[in-house]
Amino acid sequence: MADEQDKSPLAVPRSGERRRVLRALCAVGLALPMASRAQGNSGAASPPAENDQLVFAFGERAGEAIAPDDLALGTEQVFAYPMDPLTGEVRNGTRLNQLVLVHVDPEGLSEQTRARAVDGIVAYSGVCTHTGCDISDWDTSSNRFQCPCHESQFDPSDGARVVGGPAPWQLAALPLKLVDGMLAVAGEFEGRVGFMQPGLDPLGGLGI
Amino acid sequence: MNDRSGLYIALGALALGLVWAPGAAQLAGNYSPVTDERLRNPEPENWLMFRRTYDGWGYSPLDQIDTDNVAGLEPVWTVSTGMTEGHQAPPIVNDGVMYVTTPLNSVLALDAATGDTLWQYRRQMPFDIRLGHPTNRGVALYGDKVYTSTSDTNVVALDAATGEVVWETVVEDYNGGYYMTGAPLAVNGRIMVGVSGGERGIRGFVAALDSETGEEIWKSYTIPGPGEFGNDTWPGDSWQTGGAPTWVTGTYDPDLNQTYWGTGNPGPWIGDARPGDNLYTNSLVAFDVGSGEITGYHQYHWNGSWDWDEVSAPVLIDITRDGQTVPGLVHAGRNGYLWLLERRSDGIGFIDAEPYVNHNVFTRLDPETGRPEYDPERKPGLGKSATFCPSLHGGKNWPPAAYNPVTGLFYIPANDNLCTTMAGEEVEYRRGQQFVGTDIRETSLVEGADHVGELQAWNLDTGERVWMHEFGEYSNWGPILTTAGGLVFLGGTADRWFRAFDGVTGEILWQARLNSGITGVPSSFAIDGVQYIAVQAGWGVDAAGSQRRVDGLFGNPETIVPQGGVVWVFALPGQ
Repeated sequence: MADEQDKSPLAVPRSGERRRVLRALCAVGLALPMASRAQGNSGAASPPAENDQLVFAFGERAGEAIAPDDLALGTEQVFAYPMDPLTGEVRNGTRLNQLVLVHVDPEGLSEQTRARAVDGIVAYSGVCTHTGCDISDWDTSSNRFQCPCHESQFDPSDGARVVGGPAPWQLAALPLKLVDGMLAVAGEFEGRVGFMQPGLDPLGGLGI
Repeated sequence: MNDRSGLYIALGALALGLVWAPGAAQLAGNYSPVTDERLRNPEPENWLMFRRTYDGWGYSPLDQIDTDNVAGLEPVWTVSTGMTEGHQAPPIVNDGVMYVTTPLNSVLALDAATGDTLWQYRRQMPFDIRLGHPTNRGVALYGDKVYTSTSDTNVVALDAATGEVVWETVVEDYNGGYYMTGAPLAVNGRIMVGVSGGERGIRGFVAALDSETGEEIWKSYTIPGPGEFGNDTWPGDSWQTGGAPTWVTGTYDPDLNQTYWGTGNPGPWIGDARPGDNLYTNSLVAFDVGSGEITGYHQYHWNGSWDWDEVSAPVLIDITRDGQTVPGLVHAGRNGYLWLLERRSDGIGFIDAEPYVNHNVFTRLDPETGRPEYDPERKPGLGKSATFCPSLHGGKNWPPAAYNPVTGLFYIPANDNLCTTMAGEEVEYRRGQQFVGTDIRETSLVEGADHVGELQAWNLDTGERVWMHEFGEYSNWGPILTTAGGLVFLGGTADRWFRAFDGVTGEILWQARLNSGITGVPSSFAIDGVQYIAVQAGWGVDAAGSQRRVDGLFGNPETIVPQGGVVWVFALPGQ
């Protein structure tokens, strides 16, 4: 094995060094949003930052700012990206910045969710915590997000907690506010964006 | 953190492979290279590819374990894979060395007699990937290398003795909705792979890479482009996002040098969105291995509107018709029909077809071509709901059927009595995202039905179903192994039993309760005169979702099936 290690940059070297490499690799997933923040708030792949505007991600209005009235109560979610208000750059350099916005009954919001919402409008990461699919379905009968891949369901009124299917935890929440009457970001993601890769548990290392 | 942030970002965008090889020295200079001759005529003790042989039989000629003694079968060794989700790969064995793949594309090389780990390749996926089906269906062996396709749409060649990465080729961009789950197919220096993504607006293909260098030799699309035959079966630019994935390993006829692949559904799911036959979706497609040229096709159903992927490769079986032996292509369709076709040097002929589960969509098949006519009330449309049977998961999904030349029977892992109700809606193409376009999707039971999962045995010469085992209120997602000992092995049900059936009578002769549900392809091999049966347990992916629905239909609480992959190896005691 030692001979091969020298030839392959991806092969794992001797145990002590290997452990350090593995820790570095394992840290990638958790470190990504934080590391990006450390670089500042500019850049299409940087995570949402306070005062970012929200813009439509797809369709004829892609790139246009979203007003509260664009989100009718009880209708399915809208995909959005944050946009740097200073440069106008849309932060769509990674789909980990993809957001789902939905307008639900403000009276039904949990206390924590109400604190992040604007008149019943809530925003969450649009990437499923199970295996990373897009949260593109909406169950109209129960007013829940649904993942089309494995049918995990999330309750937008209560922190997008898991209410069905295999997802292990809730969608990361993004606090909202209004800036000049338009929807904007009030703070960083609360919770973890994306999914954990089985067998690559950052706390336990690679197990090898 | 700050000084490392750039590194983290760079690494986060990449897939990484890690190799751990404590036992590689054991194999160095001691590995049996896999030649074309060995792949065409594998030794009885070896299982060198997805279905063991190019014809796709899933049959082992080993007969030490038989109907008389199988009741004594016992576990010999097990090993955990360290992964959750659906474990579907066969243990592939070459002269005592076993290779298995797992979800997230780890590859384990194991001493097949003892279970010792020789090496392990682990792959870290890009963090922005969508894992629609976190699974993998096995390696290909060729020369001194092991080949695996990955969820981020790469093919990786590993040194069979050490696990070291020899080459790695990006076949497509995963951001465009493409991913790979199938075992590659190795023929004449070519490593052929198919692709998934029929729900994400891909354009399907089969690609052949050079086994030594990884360079692409050919890439043949399963949707014809402008100027090619069949492009006019697609309106406008819909061919560019029309699906036709090829996510199960093809079969191969060495005499004709043709490889046969099944293709999946068109996208979006509803036919009204793309009027026309939509070639070559839901088809069998034959490719010349040398050039990649499409040499023939048979479309099982046109303008698909039911999500019935016909991705299982046809099984090459000689069929007797009117006293003549016909070189057949046999396919238990997701559309619920058992198709018998003929392979020819100039194309594919239709022999006959009949339903093997409840089916209510086809009203007639053209006796010459097999082209179905549809009951319009059973075809969902844009804004139009329809209920159809079998359900969108089909009479048989991806788990492979098997053929046993000793019993002369063809074994189908089936699901019966399920129907789907769905309606179509307009859908906007968004690169890489779900591109399905349906509103409500509900599953229902055929009235009075008392079971779903089945194991069926068919005599293809007479067209008769000889026996059937019903699995009650469980669906069946069990790939099949059959052996010269007259046995049929499969798991597939959420109750976690791995079973051996008498291949002639259908009687259960042995069963063992494993750690998790079994959707892995079982295999058989021998070392030093001892025959082994091997399988991966590890529940997940579509089997899990299907059972959740079936539980609800029968009014049962959700069946709890623990996840976690384990390789199990069984043998007779005292051998």
